[in-house]
Order: sequence, then C-alpha cells, then structure tokens
Amino acid sequence: MFTYLTNGERSLFDEFDRLQREMDQLFGGWPRGAIRGGRAGAFPPINIGATDDAVHVYVYAPGFDASRFDVTIQQNVLSIGGSRAPEPREKRTWYLRERFEGDFRRAVTLPEDVDPERVEASYRNGILHLVIKRRAAVRPRQIPIA
Amino acid sequence: MSERKTTEKAAPGAAASETALRPNVEVYEDADGITLIADLPGVAPGGLNLQVDKETLLIEGNADLALPEGLQPLHAEVRSTTWRRSFALSGELDPDGIEARLKDGVLRLHIPKRAEVRPRRIEVRVT
Repeated sequence: MFTYLTNGERSLFDEFDRLQREMDQLFGGWPRGAIRGGRAGAFPPINIGATDDAVHVYVYAPGFDASRFDVTIQQNVLSIGGSRAPEPREKRTWYLRERFEGDFRRAVTLPEDVDPERVEASYRNGILHLVIKRRAAVRPRQIPIA
Repeated sequence: MSERKTTEKAAPGAAASETALRPNVEVYEDADGITLIADLPGVAPGGLNLQVDKETLLIEGNADLALPEGLQPLHAEVRSTTWRRSFALSGELDPDGIEARLKDGVLRLHIPKRAEVRPRRIEVRVT
C-alpha cells in the first residue's frame, strides 16, 4: 500500500505504528507505576542502561543546540529540558510535519546509588549522552566471632 | 494542484528487517523543489545510506552508539539502531540535483524540480 505524502493519506504501516504505541502504553513502561515513569511516545525518547560503575542515559534529541540543553539532577531524579526552533512556514506547501518542535522537559528516576556530583554530558550526532557515576557498592562487612 | 510529488512506499526488504525504525520527517515544497527533513539521531555521515534512482529515494541510517562494555539495559524507548524510510519520486523532480546535509542527527535533502517545470512569473503589461 502506498502513502502519498502530498495528500495526507495514512498507510497501513501508520496503523501498525499506532497499535504498537498503544500496546506499549498498555504493557510497557518502566518502572511500572512510577510517578515519573513517563509515557510511550514522549519526546525525546530516552534509553537508560547501567554498568557496574555508572548509569548511562541516551536522549534522542537531534538538531538541538547543545549549549541550550538544561540538565539538572537532584538526588536520583534527572531532569532534561531543551528547545528546537520550528522550521519557517512561509511560502511553502507542507505535506508532512511529524518532527517535534518547541520546548520539552522530561524527568526520569535513576537507580538510587547514582552520585549527583559526578555527571558528564556530551552531544554527538543528535544524541545527548549522560554518564552518572554510581557510588561504590557498600560491601558486606564480615563480623568476626570472638 | 493535486499532483503527487513524492510517494512513500515500503522499502525493498522492509519485511525482512522489520526492526528498522521509521524516522519522523517534514516535507515541503517551494518553487525550486521539494525539501525533506528527517530526524536520524545517532547517525553519523558515514552511517548514512541514500539511494536515489528515477523513481525511488531510500533513506537508511545506522546509529553509532559506541555502547560501553557490560551495559545492562534498564529502560529502552528506542529499540533499534537502524532508521529506514523510502519515498517514490514523481517525474518532474530531478534526482541528479539532490543535495543532502547531515548535522546533529538531522538530514536535510533538497530535490530540485527540473528547470522546465519550475513556475515562471508572467509579467502582465498594461497597454
């Protein structure tokens, strides 16, 4: 099935996309029930992973001015804001406008052992990459028995 | 004008690699041609594959994330590293004149119209 961009028809694939998003909203989401869990389809999409010594956050926000990201962390709650200027609208016939424009702000809850004092941020090819170091694991202490 | 300029269609082999993501785009037309803007976060110029022939424009990009060793996923809203979308071009567009620019994960493509189909302003003289 063909979608003609110029007359706004929607293809079967769009329908699948929509169904997928609804399924994700019903069954996906992390952490379940978290007050800052967010919703599927929010902009920008975020991936989070962890290694033994750091939590890595990947924010898929292409076409932004890196100096204008606003990233704050309070304990283990990370908040990310940014702004992308809209394309000029004059003297043009628009067929598709799917890209995000304007301001966004998202907050995510990170694992509790992150150290808010040790955060690094870089922006490359449209992905904002945040590395938040974790505190050294509290080792179980052996208690000698006299 | 109800002419169809660009048509979207399933990419060749799309069914075989269903994990590709569909980039969000903007498409507009002005007197010179069609401009297409696509969000391809993570894609460096070396990871971009643009294929153009008379009828089809294929945009494909592979995100280069350089994930650290031992990374365990905690939460994933983006579940692929491949972006793909294709469009059919109509005859009055000139695929040889396509210009592409990729910066900060945003692709900007301009497809000019053939010179003979660009609108001409017609002067009306008052006699």
